[in-house]
Amino acid sequence: MADPRTEPVAVRARARAWGWRHSARKAWAVRGVDLDVAPGERVLLLGPSGSGKSTLLAGLAGLLDPGTGPDDGTGDEEGALLLDGVPARTARVDGVRAGQARSGLLLQDPLAQTVLARCGDDVAFGLENHAVPPGRIWERVDTALAGVAFPYGRGHLTSRLSGGERQRLALAGVLALRPGLLLLDEPTAMLDPDGAVLLRETVTAVLAATGATCVLVEHRVGPWLDLVDRVVVLEPGGGVVADGTPDDVLRARGAALAAAGVWVPGHLPVAGRLAPAKIRTDRPDPGSAPGTGSTTADHGAGDVLLEARGVAVRRPGRAVSAVADVDLDLHAGRTTCVVGPNGAGKSSLALALAGLVAPAAGTVTARGRLADGVRSPHPAAWRPRELVRRIGTVFQEPQHQFVAATAADELAVGPRRTGVPEAETARRVDELLTRLRLGHLARANPFTLSGGEQRRLSVATVLATRPGLLVLDEPTFGQDSRTWAELVDLLADLVAGGTGVVAVTHDERLVEALADDVLRLAQGRPAPVPVGAA
Amino acid sequence: MTAPALDAPVGVDLRAPVARANPVAKLAVASLVAFALLLTVDPVTAGAALGLELLALPWCGVGPRGLLRRGWVLLAGAVPAGVATALLGVDAGAVLVGAGPVTVTEGSLQAGVAISLRVLAIGLPGVVLLATTDPTDLADALAQRLRLPHRFVLSALAAMRLFGVLAEEWQALTAARRARGLGDGGPVGRVRDAVARVFALLVLALRRATVLATTMESRGFGAVTHRTWARPSRFGPADAVVVAGGVAIAAAATAAGVAAGTWELLLA
Repeated sequence: MADPRTEPVAVRARARAWGWRHSARKAWAVRGVDLDVAPGERVLLLGPSGSGKSTLLAGLAGLLDPGTGPDDGTGDEEGALLLDGVPARTARVDGVRAGQARSGLLLQDPLAQTVLARCGDDVAFGLENHAVPPGRIWERVDTALAGVAFPYGRGHLTSRLSGGERQRLALAGVLALRPGLLLLDEPTAMLDPDGAVLLRETVTAVLAATGATCVLVEHRVGPWLDLVDRVVVLEPGGGVVADGTPDDVLRARGAALAAAGVWVPGHLPVAGRLAPAKIRTDRPDPGSAPGTGSTTADHGAGDVLLEARGVAVRRPGRAVSAVADVDLDLHAGRTTCVVGPNGAGKSSLALALAGLVAPAAGTVTARGRLADGVRSPHPAAWRPRELVRRIGTVFQEPQHQFVAATAADELAVGPRRTGVPEAETARRVDELLTRLRLGHLARANPFTLSGGEQRRLSVATVLATRPGLLVLDEPTFGQDSRTWAELVDLLADLVAGGTGVVAVTHDERLVEALADDVLRLAQGRPAPVPVGAA
Repeated sequence: MTAPALDAPVGVDLRAPVARANPVAKLAVASLVAFALLLTVDPVTAGAALGLELLALPWCGVGPRGLLRRGWVLLAGAVPAGVATALLGVDAGAVLVGAGPVTVTEGSLQAGVAISLRVLAIGLPGVVLLATTDPTDLADALAQRLRLPHRFVLSALAAMRLFGVLAEEWQALTAARRARGLGDGGPVGRVRDAVARVFALLVLALRRATVLATTMESRGFGAVTHRTWARPSRFGPADAVVVAGGVAIAAAATAAGVAAGTWELLLA
């Protein structure tokens, strides 16, 4: 309860034939892990999805409880997981009693890690739980906020924070408890590039200042390599299969890791069985042609499908438009990428182009075959079943667009709504399941799929009604390299087949691989595209 | 206490004496008035309570704009309830307006007025409580002063914060379902669609809540029974004065009703 130490004492973590099986699951989430992490060491944990990296972190954080009886607790444990020789679970509770946490865990979803309404209270929450005397709490809150270079005071509302700011606040909440072991579970997966850079710098500074041990899970390896001094590779059901310096491990296993979806420097993303990997090289440099706003070089341009003129979009309950003055032509057989920093109005523009919100000013007009058979040329005025046959929208969060109980039913929703005969619907469903490597998951509930599987399914649902135009909001966000390569291949095929594509994205690689045209937005207005940059 | 107050909402002055009082004191006033008015249905007691509450309003920090913004639900409930009672309530005394089975008599009119005033008088302290109290301060007070279990209070508080996130998700869900071709099946289809969206929202909320619970647990929540409070919730003389004010309103209103002869114990 007293507050004797000011710096954390780096923790030694040790796993001995450790394994964990979640309740009601047949398979072990992770098994046979033997690992020694010395105090102050910084370990990057790699492995394909399903290798149990997150489960190992939760175990180290002391959050897995096998209970005392067979049906007690949240799963089954075997072997041992020790922090400084004490079982991780016991270490957590001891840490709470001592007023100083042994370990601290940062997860990936910024929205789900804010506990309270005011920033200061949110950081104080853990200190209160650790029964730190009230007189010392605010000093430690201020130190923790300063430690993550937090730009606001204690009274700032958490609801006003960006994703990156929320993530740094959550890190401050963890650091205030002075953990000797910092556990980071894909901490930048849901941040935009700027937010990710800032968080990495903050973590680097924190580890330099505290000397804490660190275990990190990330599938974008490159940016973290300077920070870690050891890489450990887990295999599904196989425990640790590689362990050593970053150079050694990546040299020996880089290709295999890249094939499993890890972003490894020097290895191009590898697609699965969808199609031969063929990132197109017949594209003009996306930075060389465009000037201001939309540009339409002659190269491969098809008919105009959608025309935006002077478009402004306002979000519900807001007085100011999120984006304005956009002129844009979308063509059959071409890909347009909309880029720009967070808050530039990219997603709002996508909603208007997709006919999901009516523009506050200007017009969005369908042309050519996109406008066939509808009364109004304006997509926002179309009935949902008219819309779904013409424009397909893939949302940033796949879960938002799932409406059925199984993956196969999910694919059949669109065709059924638009009156496609049952036999044809079944044929399309089978084709898409096969094409997107989802065949074995036809009966699975969409919500139970992994992130990459959910992304592939959300794209497949949109393709089932064969729309002429695809609108994609951050389609590659947080995806592993394998899913990324599969998406790029699929989109390239569709575009070659005459589909028009518009993608809102932060992903420079995606722009490089696919963009025919680039629209850059800044602060809600089209901005000139700098020469030589995408 | 140490943390600065939230931005003041429209039409509300958080520096007013009652607004600044401990949330438990405000809750006590609301409960006292409600208790006194639940004993009886008469226009004098309810009218007196409402009048005294309105007189106290300047000390509460809720101006006319703030009152209208937050209190309109109350009016929307009180007026129809009173009108319905006047039209359909038990008839007594002289008939004032009559049209078939629907009659307004002296008795039913009095009952209607009483119902309306009672809803307003019971609801107004609640409006003031909600308008002037930050949820975090309320939770601090409930756990520290009323000794409600902190695990329950803080879990509820954290869940409330997720509601703000849900509003944005609702918009995204609505757009996403239109994009999937759903939501144009006429009134029945629309109702079915709304139900499906609520269900989807619950699923998403549950997943977020699971991560939030992990975050809270990893920061020591619920591991041991003892915790400290960074914002001590104090109950001082000023708070006692606020509670005394509530006692005074309840007592004066009851006395007025008894003196006028309209006070009658509801359960007797």
